[in-house]
Amino acid sequence: MRHRLRVNPIACDASGVCAELFPERVRLDDWGYPMIDPTPIPEALLPHAQRAVTNCPKLALVIEPVTA
Amino acid sequence: MIDAIEPEFQHLDRPGARPAGSRALIEVIGRSGLRGRGGAGFPTAIKWRAVAERSQGSAVVVANGVEADPLSAKDRLLMVSYPDLVLDGAVIAAESVEARDVVLAVNRGFADARGALTAALQRRRERVKVTLVDIPPRYVAGEESAVIHFINRGIAKPTGTRPRPFDRGAFGRPTLVQNVETLAWAGLIARRGDAWFRSLGGPALPGAVLTTVTGAVNRPGVVELPASGDMAEALAAAGGVLGGPPQAVLSGGFFGAWSDPEEARPVGEGGGMVLALPASSCGLAETARMLDILARETAHQCGPCFNGLPALADVLTRVAFGRPAEADVTRLRRWAGQLGGQRGACHHPDGAVGLLLSALTTFDHDLRWHLLRGACAGSQRPSVLPPVAVGTGWR
Repeated sequence: MRHRLRVNPIACDASGVCAELFPERVRLDDWGYPMIDPTPIPEALLPHAQRAVTNCPKLALVIEPVTA
Repeated sequence: MIDAIEPEFQHLDRPGARPAGSRALIEVIGRSGLRGRGGAGFPTAIKWRAVAERSQGSAVVVANGVEADPLSAKDRLLMVSYPDLVLDGAVIAAESVEARDVVLAVNRGFADARGALTAALQRRRERVKVTLVDIPPRYVAGEESAVIHFINRGIAKPTGTRPRPFDRGAFGRPTLVQNVETLAWAGLIARRGDAWFRSLGGPALPGAVLTTVTGAVNRPGVVELPASGDMAEALAAAGGVLGGPPQAVLSGGFFGAWSDPEEARPVGEGGGMVLALPASSCGLAETARMLDILARETAHQCGPCFNGLPALADVLTRVAFGRPAEADVTRLRRWAGQLGGQRGACHHPDGAVGLLLSALTTFDHDLRWHLLRGACAGSQRPSVLPPVAVGTGWR
């Protein structure tokens, strides 16, 4: 199964940890809020994505299966 | 609020007795091609099917009469003038998806619509429970998740796309949220069939749409048009243009897009709103006013919205009314790129960005003028937009 990142925009408060830990799929806008690239994450990078999810202080980041 | 309204709703009059809803009716609605008339245009039968499959007699139908876009008046007019059509549609939907409750979600500013619906309810006997809920008059309060949030917790802010309403919506039960006009058409399709409905529009865009036409026209108001109709038809139905051909039209209200009238998409893809911009007006100034309203209507939940929209409004205001520099335009385009990727809990930032980008393209010539010489004469003219009161509070 393929996976991608998703952020809960209401919970997010722009700590920027996600972009720090997983720049492969997260960039920050001019206010420091994440812009997520929804492209599926290669298997080899999944641990890095997981680290970003675990370290988000607001628990605003999730890895979700790509459906259809 | 739109003042003058000249309804010519030939297909809404004398509907006849209300037929029952059923699973079979959902397939008829599917064949009719009916799509949501609240702006998103999602196929109605797909929504009904999703709720019916999960309902087990527990579902809720929410008739959405919030209509918060300042350029739309058709839902209010429909509720005031044809409350029984709206109620018929809602009850037929409830029967079709085996719902137990109907909630009429009506904009708190529409005392007339509430009065008409209440009076109609007193005349009727329904097997489902029908309740009326007053929704705060905020721009995003009509968004599906915001309506459900208000019904459940009394807060009219969007919550995002998950859980989906058909899984868990009002009262935690599978919920169908449907615009009141969509429900009214569904009720008419139940009576007259899918072929009848398709014949009101074109092959790609079947059916008719209630469209609010404003701006430089002789009779601003709500008209019924084929969904496949073009801007010329919309403007003619509103009594024709006022003072020469318009320089542009805005299709789709505050979340819509400016374009040359000849290049605009059919009215069925425009969320039921058309604004004609007179040649003497400044499209950049009007867009700056609109962005300012959208910025002040943010629910203050998502960064892209509460940071981005005031920033866009600020810079566009300078472009339209002040002494702009090329860097302002560069900044607008950069921020539009950052803010427009469906990053909010609702589409508020996307709607604002779409409006802005269409203005930068359609009014490119004016943009050059403003950069060279400052504000144009048109920007000093009175706005063609209706007066808008930005709401306060979310409860």
